[in-house]
Amino acid sequence: MSDGKEPRIGVYICHCGSNIAGTVDVEEVARWAGEHLPGVVVGRDYKFMCSSLGQELIEKDIHDLDLNRVVVGACSPHLHEATFRGACQRAGLNPFLFDMASLREQVSWVCADRAVATEKAKALIAGSVYRVAQNEPLEPIIVDINPNVLVVGGGVAGIQAALEIADAGYHVYLVDREPSIGGHMAQLDKTFPTLDCSACILTPKMFSAGTHKNITLLTYADVEKVDGFVGNFTAQIRQHARKVDVSLCTGCGVCQEKCPKKVIDDVFEAGLGYRKAVYTPFPQAVPKYPVIDVQNCTYFQKGSCKVCEKFCPTGAIKFDQQDELLTVNVGNVILATGYDLFDSRRIPQYGYGRLANVFTSMEFERLANASGPTNGKVVLRDGVTVPQSVAIVHCVGSRDRNYNSYCSAICCMQSLKFAHLVHERTGARVYNCYIDIRTPAKSYDEFYQRVLEEGTVFVRGKVAEVTDAARVPGEEGKLIVQVEDTLVGHQRRIPVDMVILSAGMEPRAGAKEVGKIFGISCSMDGWFIERHPKLDPVATMTEGIFIAGVCQGPKDIPASVSQGAAAAARVLGLICRGRISLEPVRAQVNQDQCSGCRICNNLCPFNAITFIEERGVTEINPALCQGCGTCVAACPAGAITGTHFSNTQVLAQIDGLLSVMA
Amino acid sequence: MKYSYFPGCSLEHNAEAYDSSSRAIAGPLGLELVEVDDWNCCGATEYISLNMTAALALIARNLAQATKNGLDQMIAPCSACYLNLSKCDRYMVTTPELAERLNTALAAGGLSYQGGTIKVRHLIDVITEDVGLKTLASKVTRPLKGLRVAPYYGCLISRPGLRISEHNPEYPVSLDEILEALGAEVVDFPLKTHCCGGHMTQISESTGFDLIRQLVKGASDYQADMIVTVCPMCHLNLDAFQNGMNNFFKTNYQVPVAYFTQMIGLAFGMSARQLGFGTSLVSAGPALAKIGEELPAAAPAAGATKRKRDDKSLPMPTPLAAGQGKGGSGKGQGQEVSR
Repeated sequence: MSDGKEPRIGVYICHCGSNIAGTVDVEEVARWAGEHLPGVVVGRDYKFMCSSLGQELIEKDIHDLDLNRVVVGACSPHLHEATFRGACQRAGLNPFLFDMASLREQVSWVCADRAVATEKAKALIAGSVYRVAQNEPLEPIIVDINPNVLVVGGGVAGIQAALEIADAGYHVYLVDREPSIGGHMAQLDKTFPTLDCSACILTPKMFSAGTHKNITLLTYADVEKVDGFVGNFTAQIRQHARKVDVSLCTGCGVCQEKCPKKVIDDVFEAGLGYRKAVYTPFPQAVPKYPVIDVQNCTYFQKGSCKVCEKFCPTGAIKFDQQDELLTVNVGNVILATGYDLFDSRRIPQYGYGRLANVFTSMEFERLANASGPTNGKVVLRDGVTVPQSVAIVHCVGSRDRNYNSYCSAICCMQSLKFAHLVHERTGARVYNCYIDIRTPAKSYDEFYQRVLEEGTVFVRGKVAEVTDAARVPGEEGKLIVQVEDTLVGHQRRIPVDMVILSAGMEPRAGAKEVGKIFGISCSMDGWFIERHPKLDPVATMTEGIFIAGVCQGPKDIPASVSQGAAAAARVLGLICRGRISLEPVRAQVNQDQCSGCRICNNLCPFNAITFIEERGVTEINPALCQGCGTCVAACPAGAITGTHFSNTQVLAQIDGLLSVMA
Repeated sequence: MKYSYFPGCSLEHNAEAYDSSSRAIAGPLGLELVEVDDWNCCGATEYISLNMTAALALIARNLAQATKNGLDQMIAPCSACYLNLSKCDRYMVTTPELAERLNTALAAGGLSYQGGTIKVRHLIDVITEDVGLKTLASKVTRPLKGLRVAPYYGCLISRPGLRISEHNPEYPVSLDEILEALGAEVVDFPLKTHCCGGHMTQISESTGFDLIRQLVKGASDYQADMIVTVCPMCHLNLDAFQNGMNNFFKTNYQVPVAYFTQMIGLAFGMSARQLGFGTSLVSAGPALAKIGEELPAAAPAAGATKRKRDDKSLPMPTPLAAGQGKGGSGKGQGQEVSR
């Protein structure tokens, strides 16, 4: 004990209702700790330690029994470490003289045998008791919050977040990798269940974001690197060369009109339409400035053309423009990077890519969209024939363990919307092949009833295949949907002219890499992990990094907008507070022991280590250090200590564990 | 590359062409085939549903015999043999009690087998994985240019969990790729994994014929010159019952059926005779003519009279119909937009 006093430790074992007590003999663990472990003055168990009564129990013992150390065996420190540190602090004990053993996540939830679970709980408690005796009082580090915010992804969630923060008076950098903001929502025709035009409700928001005095729009740009910590991030952003000088460009569109090179637009038109080599993705694009697609531009590929340059009335085309690297300092980051559509070619038996008149959901959106390649006419791929019958296949790539086991949440309503649009535009007979219909939000089920009443045929069954191999004369020249109608108990072969595959949502292809840049992780399915699935859905385990929209998990437009606003509210809360206290868990270099070997210098993921040339030793910047411990483990001289994770503490914890296990 | 070789009963009789063509292409592909000594019937598709333990013991005997070659991989070109041998091997790994019972049976013949000792491979898997499409293509001396083929996998090797060449069991492509490597024009055959009926013609003629009709009609709709298969059962149904099916439905399809090994041999410049062409009931003559190969004239001794009668009965329209189909899109759908 550094303060010279003998340790007086209180041990508290939580029942967590029956979560822990159901598997661990909590009374026995508490009794045993009080009687057998060195330094333990009192061992208690209680139904819910995190309740105010439970916390008061600890506070009272600190006063009455003169405790100078506390151990709680309960859930995970992720959940309640802060709670119990608070209880210690209120009773006048430094919160770092506390240690928490996870008896729920690490014991009761993963053990079946009561005797084994109780033994393991004892071992973990002993580890904590031995360790806490070596803990030192620490003071938190207070840092200022830079009020600027970086929002990554300019879909509806990112736009909403950016506008909320900008309207509150703080500066936002809104980054999107596409030439325009708008995201997937800009591609859609109508939005369910109200059927208002997607572009009509989105473009005002896009326009506000584009003209807001507090928003710096960085489109056609990628965040490459992020350093720092909550309140003080530095982000490096690559502004890809548009090959267009935006200070001269008026967005008149002459370059697009004159460009002789037409290419299939795989992004905005979902492969169903064309764009030029110099282009804005759509007429309402924000910003209005086009970009030159170097991969397809005749001048860049063959060395001559320059038609756009010739016709540009303001001389804004700059073929020699290079990528720019920008550095911005921000206090918080909101990631709203969205999703990729499931690639339906991965289910070859559904025929997409093989059979001309099988369409994906996004292709159909473009087909139905008045500004799409057919001006909103629902026709077959020949561009003229109006379908007489259409089948819509639900759950393509979702709720299927061969692809994604999760439900993509939007496909049912989207498919119902398609059924309505096909009815309205073509009068065709529509079949919806579904597994279950899921319409659980406001006015959604009413929309389902409406589509039912319109005469859409609902077939409950997962489609086995879509084929053009006719068996009987009525099937000739049609696409045949083979499906088991599970309500009737019969196989059905439904001949139709057009099939729409309601493809699910998938995490962005680069989600893992993006997560690495920002220091957050992805779930097994690839979605960004929130701090708590119910109670903290937009924060992440990394302070100052928030998530919103589909990058966190499949959701529709209303939910994405809500999350965008929620993330903004969380960020504004931090900005208003102005400063934040950080865990004092940091690495320190003992400069007398440092040999100046510089092994640690390049290992630090947070660039917190600098080498002082004149003294020949290494120093760690406590504001940048995140306490990960990499340098501590690497130092050959043992000169680096991890505060709160010193060798003495870790070895004491191991001794404690082994004292029971042995 | 050296493998044990399990021909199976079919390859000695109705699928003799599969056997001779497999052996003929093995050399050029660098495959050395060592036939399993004293092998027996795999029980085909029936026995296993009548008496599972006895059927598996019959199969296990072949696995035990194969170990005598000292090779850890065995090729079974017949899809039914392949499936039975793989199943039995897997069951003996996953169900120790069964393995014990089977070994008791094997012990009566002085044999034993430990599950997992022999890796059972289908010939198509060996050619795609071990030989590789590049090597295959490099041996082609007579590309099958202008020949429109429907790749037909059947249902036995396209079952989930068999892991043939990383197959997608719903829509495999390895045979498509092999035939493309040979220079043939490969039809995107939507019925590629559908059932040929197995022995259904013996149980319910109308059901069996309907399954055959769907496949033959499908290939014909796609203007395929021939159906290429990997399975003796499929070959038997589509070839031997094609005329019976025609009589039943009053149709007149004449789509020849060949083994993929025969096609490989043709592309390697081997003669149709060497590869066993001319032994099937639906004549491959018109199809072979497209690549300048003649069908062996009236077959040797025993079958002479029979074949002659068959030759007479073949209607002339077939070659014309096949020839006309050459340029068609063969899709029956709107034109694909090229991406």
